[in-house]
Amino acid sequence: MTTEVGSETDVKKEPEKVPEAQHQTDPVQTDQPDKPADSDAQPVASAAQPEESRSAEPESPQEESSSPDPSSPPATGGQKKEKGISRFLPPWLKRQKSQSQDQASESAEQPQSLSPKEEEEESEPKAQPDGAGAAPNTEKTEEEKEEKQESRPEEVQLEENEKEEEKSVGSADTQPVREEKEAESEVKERKEEKKEEEQVIQQETSVLSPLRLNKKMKMVVCHVTLLDGSQFSCEVEKRAKGQYLFFEVCEHLNLIEKDYFGLSFKDNAEQRCWLDPTKEIKRQIRNSQWQFAFSVKFYPPDPSQLTEDITRYLLCLQLRQDIASGRLPCSFVTHALLGSYSLQAELGDYDPEEHRLDYISDLQFAPNQTKELEEKVVELHKSHRGMTPAQADAQFLENAKKLSMYGVDLHHAKDSEGVDIMLGVCANGLLIYKDRLRINRFAWPKILKISYKRSNFYIKIRPGEAEQFESTVGFKLPNHRAAKRVWKVCVEHHTFFRLMSPENPTKSKFLTLGSKFRYSGRTQAQTRQASSLIDRPAPYFQRTSSKRISRSLDGAPMVNVSDYSHAVDSALTAGAGENGPALDLNSDSKSKLRVQGENIYVRHSNLMLESTEVKPEVNGQPEFIEVVEETVVIEEVIKAKPRSPAPETPVTVETEVKEDRSLSSDSESEEEEAEYHAQTPSASISVQQIEEEPEEEQELIQQAPPSVVELQPITEAEPADSAPSAEEEQATAQPEEEECTDKDDAPNGHAPAAEAPPPLRAVEEEPPVVNGSVSRVEAELLPQVICCSEPPVVKTEMVTISDTFAAQKTEISTKEVPIVHTETKTITYEAAQLDGNGDGEPGVLMTAQTITSESLCTTTTTHITKTLKGGLSETRIEKRIVITGDSDIDHDQALAQAIKEAKEQHPDMSVTRVVVHKETELAEDED
Amino acid sequence: MMSAFGRFTHAVVRAVPRSLATEALRTGSLGELDLPRAQQEHELYVSVLKQRLGLEVLELPADEALPDCVFVEDAAVVCGDTALITRPGAESRRNETVAMKDALTKLGLNIVEMTDESATLDGGDVLFTGREFFVGLSKRTNQRGAEILADAFKDYAVSMVPVQGYLHLKSFCSMAGPDLIAIGSSEAAQKALKIMQQMSDHKYDKLTVPDDLAANCIYMNLPGKGDVLLHCTPEEFPESVKVFEKLKDHMLIPVSNHEKVKVDGALTCCSVLVCKSSV
Repeated sequence: MTTEVGSETDVKKEPEKVPEAQHQTDPVQTDQPDKPADSDAQPVASAAQPEESRSAEPESPQEESSSPDPSSPPATGGQKKEKGISRFLPPWLKRQKSQSQDQASESAEQPQSLSPKEEEEESEPKAQPDGAGAAPNTEKTEEEKEEKQESRPEEVQLEENEKEEEKSVGSADTQPVREEKEAESEVKERKEEKKEEEQVIQQETSVLSPLRLNKKMKMVVCHVTLLDGSQFSCEVEKRAKGQYLFFEVCEHLNLIEKDYFGLSFKDNAEQRCWLDPTKEIKRQIRNSQWQFAFSVKFYPPDPSQLTEDITRYLLCLQLRQDIASGRLPCSFVTHALLGSYSLQAELGDYDPEEHRLDYISDLQFAPNQTKELEEKVVELHKSHRGMTPAQADAQFLENAKKLSMYGVDLHHAKDSEGVDIMLGVCANGLLIYKDRLRINRFAWPKILKISYKRSNFYIKIRPGEAEQFESTVGFKLPNHRAAKRVWKVCVEHHTFFRLMSPENPTKSKFLTLGSKFRYSGRTQAQTRQASSLIDRPAPYFQRTSSKRISRSLDGAPMVNVSDYSHAVDSALTAGAGENGPALDLNSDSKSKLRVQGENIYVRHSNLMLESTEVKPEVNGQPEFIEVVEETVVIEEVIKAKPRSPAPETPVTVETEVKEDRSLSSDSESEEEEAEYHAQTPSASISVQQIEEEPEEEQELIQQAPPSVVELQPITEAEPADSAPSAEEEQATAQPEEEECTDKDDAPNGHAPAAEAPPPLRAVEEEPPVVNGSVSRVEAELLPQVICCSEPPVVKTEMVTISDTFAAQKTEISTKEVPIVHTETKTITYEAAQLDGNGDGEPGVLMTAQTITSESLCTTTTTHITKTLKGGLSETRIEKRIVITGDSDIDHDQALAQAIKEAKEQHPDMSVTRVVVHKETELAEDED
Repeated sequence: MMSAFGRFTHAVVRAVPRSLATEALRTGSLGELDLPRAQQEHELYVSVLKQRLGLEVLELPADEALPDCVFVEDAAVVCGDTALITRPGAESRRNETVAMKDALTKLGLNIVEMTDESATLDGGDVLFTGREFFVGLSKRTNQRGAEILADAFKDYAVSMVPVQGYLHLKSFCSMAGPDLIAIGSSEAAQKALKIMQQMSDHKYDKLTVPDDLAANCIYMNLPGKGDVLLHCTPEEFPESVKVFEKLKDHMLIPVSNHEKVKVDGALTCCSVLVCKSSV
């Protein structure tokens, strides 16, 4: 569907661009490049436009971008945005992209002078597979399109190329799905780094543009509070993604090393949330105002390793805020010292005539600023004579980074005994505080899994030397959102600081009902690598706080485009090479793990089940919660002969419609729970990060399997049901039913409930196979399913943390097992043709991707797998739709709709199987 | 804000009261304390600080009503320009802080007092590594005391370490250099070390000595002298001394603690070290 459109999109794009450009004529022109990226994120149409605009931009000189767009024609209007992008995009990158895309190469060059449209068009088909993931709503369609594209022989190659490119970008997701996401993120990066951006853009544009053409963009004004307190406003499309706005801001700030930063907003509960760059802004802020704050998200442990002074300056501003607000506690002496460096940076040398005592009275150095402190600040200021602003900032940071709470993101929580504690997420791991005391610490290498369920947050700890089983530590957060928030922050910090490249969500999870959230930006390693190649003259910027207003309006001086782009290119290139192998390793390791580590799986899955089905009563005041889940799985399988015009083949569309009805207050939230398996850095790639301890290797192995298994478990009790169905679909349906029933029965029984979950479902585990080299079919046939039928064998994992006395307090009490009544119905519709085809022979997995889109009450996960068997390539699309909501939902209608959509989207495919899983759960829950 | 670890300019000590021999608190039974020898031992200790190392030593007079007053470390925790006057866990020692507070006030430190009556803290339970504090939770120190310490030294992380089988955290460990923790070999000591390692973002080196008591040493970094380490004598712990002697770059000064150990005194117990920097 989309593929066809995609090729045509180029034309459409241009017109779209024009309107966008006009809209975008915000004060800050430079920001525009970011917008395109954001647009990608936006629903299909919107996403396409930004990209288009980018492409258009290249045509117009970058310099033009600096000048107001209005002057330029509509196409040029896009240039504003383009300008930014074009600057960043180095010729190299463009070329590479083009190569990958084959035809696209031209497009790469375009950014600066060529007409992007043409190039984009060419590249689009290839790019599409990757780009599709971006738009949530449209994702499905996009995905489908992508799938189709992928099925084409050429597409495969393209994907590979793209992958490489992506890697280079730093997003480093090899899988197509990731690529898509990455593509979006990349788009942002592209602004800086054209190569990646171009590819993505092209892809996106191809897919999205057709849709967008006719749409009129609704623009919204976003207000962003910058670190110096000034306000930055810009217009964005109503459906723009977070990254678009973020790039606008970074452009405005002239910030290249932007991966340490992010945008935050306050939700309805006045809680500060990070804006997810890959999702639509509107859906994240919901009913809140379009008011954001630009701030540091990842505090670099060693600021001296930042490349540019402007980055350090922004970090200083953040820390001054943190200190003045009390978030970053420090002693009197430190307050004075840091304050004096701030003065030196902003005012220069102490001048006895100009600087009277009151010259600092307007500035805040501490939460409770005393005259004594001010005097001390002045005294120290005098001693910094001769220090340049950059030096003063550096000294400021050298001292600030040593503060124990530097870069620690605190979250209120309670331990298993209901005692108030604080969870501190930082670069090295998770810190547990009671009052001001550190009572425990879990370094990332010690953490196997991070998950949340309802308002509980769990970490699974690697067993100690003498221990045989993992232990799980649970914390009670004030509410579900808080639990999810801390989980997200953990996932992001772990990825950013510990991995070489972001984890590919697709691979790790097959069918997952929980949150598929993953950090998709660059990791610290990647951003360091990229920034090491920055080769622009130090950008000019004003430090003086008094000039804030003018500064924000003036905008930063333009960056030397050519230099910058080159740097980026090289960086990207380098990165790509490194990332590539890593990815492969991952998949391999996973598959191996899976084979070898069944026990581990079982254990994990049990845990997973536990969390889902058995609501751990960490602190629980038991409540009765009724949960009704309905899952519809539609599997689409497309079989096409390689490189032939793809004769239609049986398509199995799995659509799982899952309905989750919970009476609990949590029901509002989109995802009830999610898990994240910490990957060891080594797994991801670089040996560098691998820690000294030999354990890690083992960990990797172990981890890999868990990731697969656990990920699935994430879906957990509810999802679990659906997951199995999906898998079964591929192989054979029979096992599913059994599993379901088993599951239902199993729900609780085991006393050690906290950790010993109900029996695992082999099915869940299987999905990982998809990613591996082994064909799904085989996996499906495996007896694993049988495991499901086994009685709820509880592998009891004792939650024991004996290492630290402190840990004891955080243990989950395993004594009481919540009572959960679960009713499960599973209905399976199968087309006759079905599986006969593929099951038998092992195929070669060519590609696999997972695309997830979420809306308030539905989550759609689409898995696209391409396998090569004999001379046939088979593409399977499995969709799982989870409908979460109140009982009002008409399941039948939802199912019919899902099937209908599947057929519409893939007219040349056939629906081979539909599984509806409905689960009603009555459980005791604490909230 | 954080000067070089181990840099000291002043030391506060207190003379040995006659009551030490008879009335001092003790956890073990290492025999009768020989008062003259203890006094001689202490004089030697002070002279090392004064003559050998050139510190400015503030000597407080003994108070017969405070038999344990020679162990000044428990009365105050000094870090940078701030001195936390503790609330010792043993009630009989509470008044030791009075003289200490006066002395530290004279030195121009910012004084923070522990007024909360539910809090107890002995300085012997406080291990400052230069990067963070570890506070032993012992019979003498409770969590509230640790919290107040954390409040007094906001720049640093304060982690709690349960202490079992010993009077204080520093009964079996201490800093033997920057990022170097001297630790005893006993199970309790090793367990405590593990906890400290887990709680810290920093990786410390460790110097394991066979005897727990020998792990209490005094590290200084003095201008013109470099790394200085006061440690046990070969007469007391011959095997442990061999370990210290592997520290080639340190100026090693064996200091006898033969008598004071009988009343749970260790090397670090007998002085409060202060760095009066130009800041």
